[in-house]
Amino acid sequence: MNYFRPPSLSLRFFPVWQRNFLVWRKLAIPSILGNLADPMIYMLGLGYGIGTLLPEVGGVPYIAFLAAGAVCFSTMNSATFEALYSAFSRMQVQKTWEAILNAPVSLDDLVLGELAWAASKAALSGAAILGVAAALGLVASPLALWSLPLVFLAGLTFAALGLVMTALAPSYDFFMYYFTLFVTPMTLLSGVFFPVEQLPAAFQALSAVLPLSHAVKLARPLFLGEVPAQAWLHIAVLAGYAVAAFWLALGLARRRLLK
Amino acid sequence: MDTLSVEGLRKSYGATAVLQGLTFALRPGECYGLLGPNGAGKTTTLRCALGLTQPDAGTIRLSGLPVPERAREARLRVGIVPQMDNLDPDFTAAENLLVYGRYFGMKERDMRERIPRLLEFAGLAGRADAKINTLSGGMKRRLTLARALVNDPDLLFLDEPTTGLDPQARHLIWERLKQLLAQGKTVLLTTHFMDEAERLCHRLGIMDRGRFIAEGSPREVIAAHIEPEVVEVYGEPGGAPAGPPQGGAAKDMEQAQPANEHHPLPREGGRGDGSLMSAADWAKAEAAQFATRVEVTGETAFCYLTESRPLLRHLAGRQGLRYLHRPANLEDVFLKLTGRDLRD
Ligand SMILES: Nc1ncnc2c1ncn2[C@@H]1O[C@H](COP(=O)(O)OP(=O)(O)O)[C@@H](O)[C@H]1O
Ligand SMILES: [Mg+2]
Repeated sequence: MNYFRPPSLSLRFFPVWQRNFLVWRKLAIPSILGNLADPMIYMLGLGYGIGTLLPEVGGVPYIAFLAAGAVCFSTMNSATFEALYSAFSRMQVQKTWEAILNAPVSLDDLVLGELAWAASKAALSGAAILGVAAALGLVASPLALWSLPLVFLAGLTFAALGLVMTALAPSYDFFMYYFTLFVTPMTLLSGVFFPVEQLPAAFQALSAVLPLSHAVKLARPLFLGEVPAQAWLHIAVLAGYAVAAFWLALGLARRRLLK
Repeated sequence: MDTLSVEGLRKSYGATAVLQGLTFALRPGECYGLLGPNGAGKTTTLRCALGLTQPDAGTIRLSGLPVPERAREARLRVGIVPQMDNLDPDFTAAENLLVYGRYFGMKERDMRERIPRLLEFAGLAGRADAKINTLSGGMKRRLTLARALVNDPDLLFLDEPTTGLDPQARHLIWERLKQLLAQGKTVLLTTHFMDEAERLCHRLGIMDRGRFIAEGSPREVIAAHIEPEVVEVYGEPGGAPAGPPQGGAAKDMEQAQPANEHHPLPREGGRGDGSLMSAADWAKAEAAQFATRVEVTGETAFCYLTESRPLLRHLAGRQGLRYLHRPANLEDVFLKLTGRDLRD
């Protein structure tokens, strides 16, 4: 059997999404607070702390610069944690996937359900930070509302990348490599905390292929009340990563679980 | 009603041939047992039948549909109790059923109506809101059975449903399976408990290393593969009397025909009064003249025979040996066919 044949998608992913939503709903309040606390500390701590030491960054106060980065960063983290640790628990530890596959749900439906769920949760995190930023007056215009579909798209991208790791992981320890070798460097190279233009040319070239930097390039203008330049290019890159990573994750999951 | 048929199933993992040409079919309404030691390929057979793994060769039809091509649809009419419990630990008992019903496209309202009845059937009526980790092993198994029934399946697959359960819990599961059979459901059961198979299965196949080595009704399999009676002979430990005699040796000889094969009435007798002889030594020296076949494991000699009277008479006069006379059962067949070596 060809494990890497194209995904076959159907609406049967929805009960899987619903299952995860039902679990989340039970712990929604602590979960939202947890999702908010970490990026808020980053945003406010760095924004006001370092911000007071800095002149304007890119023509705006540092905290206003940082807000868009924090939304993308928070979205990425939320999608990544859900697609790595939570999905791995369901696949490997609790055998929830095994139970679902005994029902008339295919692995394609199941992995799509996990992807959609992780993206939904990530979008919620991103939206929560957006709300806080707006409340603090860090958002210039209603154009920033376009970052809601953006965080869902970015959620899909980072969830799909995370699912690739999950399908490969022998144990939770494996995920440390993903963070130290990919997520952390990407965060530093993608213009979340400082403009990419500050980096040496080689790093800037690397930055241009990282999905997080495309998310930031869309979110930042939106926050500052501008229409992003080359918006479709950035959207296409994020979507391209999402599709390719989902396909790969599904192929790896088929090879792992259906052999 | 379409059930499951499997023909020429082959599957290898690397160099290990796990299934080597397996053929069988379930008749509607029957309980069919797949028996075999650990590693025989029982679970792999079920996984192939459900389309969860691709066999290297063979044809499978489940619920009238070809597998694996249309396995997902075929599973709509099947209920599954997996070997390892995989209830959802994040949910209560009732939520487990609700969420599982959704995977079958069941409507929320219908599910809410069905759940109390399913819990009742599983003997969990008061436990709707219990967390999974507060349930005992037997309760989890029963909840898993209830979950397998959410879609009111025609066909049930149960992979070692009673492994690890205490006798009470086992009997309750058996009772429920009998009820389901009485409702007309078809059951495919894997087990390595022979008493379970003898009790529940209309037909069974004993498999080893991915092949059937016997198939038929429990009675047919016993009749075809083994002598009807067994006398187990043990050495008297330390030569000391082991409690009051149960039925004299003479009485035993009169009733040399063991009782109904499904209700064995073991008899003990032939207690010695001091002189020591190991059952193994006795078997080596003397058993062959009485029994068709003798197997010795450790300190027990298993004598398989058609006519037990001469052996019982002989044993009654022996000192230092105890024995148990019983009808041959499926376990004897199983051990004869698959050997007494450990399988891990
Ligand atoms: N996914 C797998 N990869 C490699 N070997 C496997 C896999 N699944 C089963 N096996 C091997 O196939 C054999 C049969 O396993 P199984 O069907 O689980 O046996 P049973 O259920 O009868 O105990 C065993 O030797 C087992 O190690
Ligand atoms: Mg098994």
